[in-house]
Amino acid sequence: MATDEQIAIAEDSQLGGAHSVGLVQTQSWTFGDPPLELDCGRTLSPVTQAYETYGELSAARDNAILIFHALSGDAHVAGYHTPEDRKPGWWDIMVGPGKAFDTDKYMIICANVIGGCSGSTGPASTHPDRGEPYGLDFPMVTVGDMARAQKRLVEHLGIERLLAVTGGSMGGMLALDWAVRYPQSTASVLAIATSARMNAQGIAFNEVGRQAIMADPEWRGGAYYGQSFPSAGLAIARMVGHITYLSEEQMRAKFGRRLQDRDVFGYDFETEFQVESYLRYQGSRFVERFDANSYLYITKAIDYFDLTNGHRSLVEAMEHVRSEFLVVSFSSDWLYPTAESKEIVQALQANAVPTTFIDIPNAYGHDAFLLPNEPFAEAVRSFLAHVQQRERGER
Amino acid sequence: MKRAGRQRTRRRLDYALIEALVPPGSRVLDLGCGDGQLLADLAANKGCEGRGIEISDHSVLACIQRGVAVYHGDMLEGMSYYRDGSFDVVILSQTLQQASDPVRVIVEMLRVGDTAIISFPNFGYWEVRLQLLLRGRMPRSDLLPYEWHNTPNVHLCTVTDFRELCEEQGLRRMHEIFLVPPSRQIGDVGANWRAGLAIFQIARKREA
Repeated sequence: MATDEQIAIAEDSQLGGAHSVGLVQTQSWTFGDPPLELDCGRTLSPVTQAYETYGELSAARDNAILIFHALSGDAHVAGYHTPEDRKPGWWDIMVGPGKAFDTDKYMIICANVIGGCSGSTGPASTHPDRGEPYGLDFPMVTVGDMARAQKRLVEHLGIERLLAVTGGSMGGMLALDWAVRYPQSTASVLAIATSARMNAQGIAFNEVGRQAIMADPEWRGGAYYGQSFPSAGLAIARMVGHITYLSEEQMRAKFGRRLQDRDVFGYDFETEFQVESYLRYQGSRFVERFDANSYLYITKAIDYFDLTNGHRSLVEAMEHVRSEFLVVSFSSDWLYPTAESKEIVQALQANAVPTTFIDIPNAYGHDAFLLPNEPFAEAVRSFLAHVQQRERGER
Repeated sequence: MKRAGRQRTRRRLDYALIEALVPPGSRVLDLGCGDGQLLADLAANKGCEGRGIEISDHSVLACIQRGVAVYHGDMLEGMSYYRDGSFDVVILSQTLQQASDPVRVIVEMLRVGDTAIISFPNFGYWEVRLQLLLRGRMPRSDLLPYEWHNTPNVHLCTVTDFRELCEEQGLRRMHEIFLVPPSRQIGDVGANWRAGLAIFQIARKREA
């Protein structure tokens, strides 16, 4: 039970007086046999996955929703790890009692992706034979590999069929991959601000981030564990990332040409403009919690992602999909533009998959899916309610 | 939102008749489906499998709230995603006159669907003619509620015009229903004068 203090903290961070899931714990599950077969041809074992769950699994085991996080996310979607936490999980605005992903109705699961650095096996994990961190010996993992690992976790949790899989950005790629890979294992898919394949522009920005890390002398070919950390490179990678998450309109509104902590130009290279200050702050915060090698691996997984791999077209790739779809784009998102969501919808509709598409008018760019947005929340809430109704009615 | 509400009530008069034309269990596409009421009714009352296309984000959200699968966007773009013959019936309620290329819309409707149900305000209706003839003003009525300068109705037509178009395009007219506002159904004698609203169900002529 949450204490009054925890509830007070939770309510402080909430919009509209909705409640938080309160104090939560990250759990962990490891499998080793059989090992995880990877797309690159190598295998991974043991595989540990950090995950969190909120809400209760129904007796019929038919109310579980799997949320996939994006590039820099983790298993901590909602609530607080300690009463002292200043910020809740990364999608706390969407997940909790009475929220869009209503934990009074659904059991929510989120796991850190493999290759990550928040409790799941990744390049910072210990190599089983060598007894030291993998570094660049960690095998290249793909979005498909991440999905396969999480399928094992979901089965371990005793869930055969999910009510929904969902995610934004890379999380949406995982959801799409899941729907194609395991057509019978989810009643629905909510694909948010995502794409069936990373576009050239996205790959380009990811590559700038990777080069920034690898150009940092502290990176040492990825073997920096136990020594100084390539924080300058990782911070630059994050700064580049943040530029792509905002819209030009939003940057103009949020920062304009305003100066930070001074009224006149200093004619030097100190942080002068507010936008510089913002990016540097985001960069410096990020290096406190994220591993540089994980950034390399995960961005590479995103770049490799193309649902049409091995197929003649996206329509053909999606021909076995059997889940209902809600596809959501945000009008000012230029990293995962509306047109790429429409491409997904087109392939689904050509396969007669029940699909709803909404492009939410919004000025916040790619970041929009992580920000409070009532039409978006309402679309998710209503869609899930109808999916559950149909799912239960059909049995 | 207020405007959408008014539109809902106005559209209801042809919804009941359109619903009657749709066979039970049909696959139905509703173009400009608004808040999804017709599709929700068809699903509940006739076991139809419905899809909608709607340009307004507010209306799309209303569809989602009703549990109607809807595409947010332009109707020609939305229809282009579907394979030939995906639907038994494609519905266009009081929106044909707003399309920039009505013929293309009709052709596309009959590509993705076996039949099309199209309703439109009849510009040959005597009240419309009278307003122009006697008052010398652009006609306004419950069915044509706009000012000349803000009307989305760029391609108004009469019953006779529409019949002629069907001939030109080689389309079979399966049903014709005529209404005098607010909701009195009349026969087809003098329909081009007497009807305020027309509902046509059409199909491609069978290949010889």
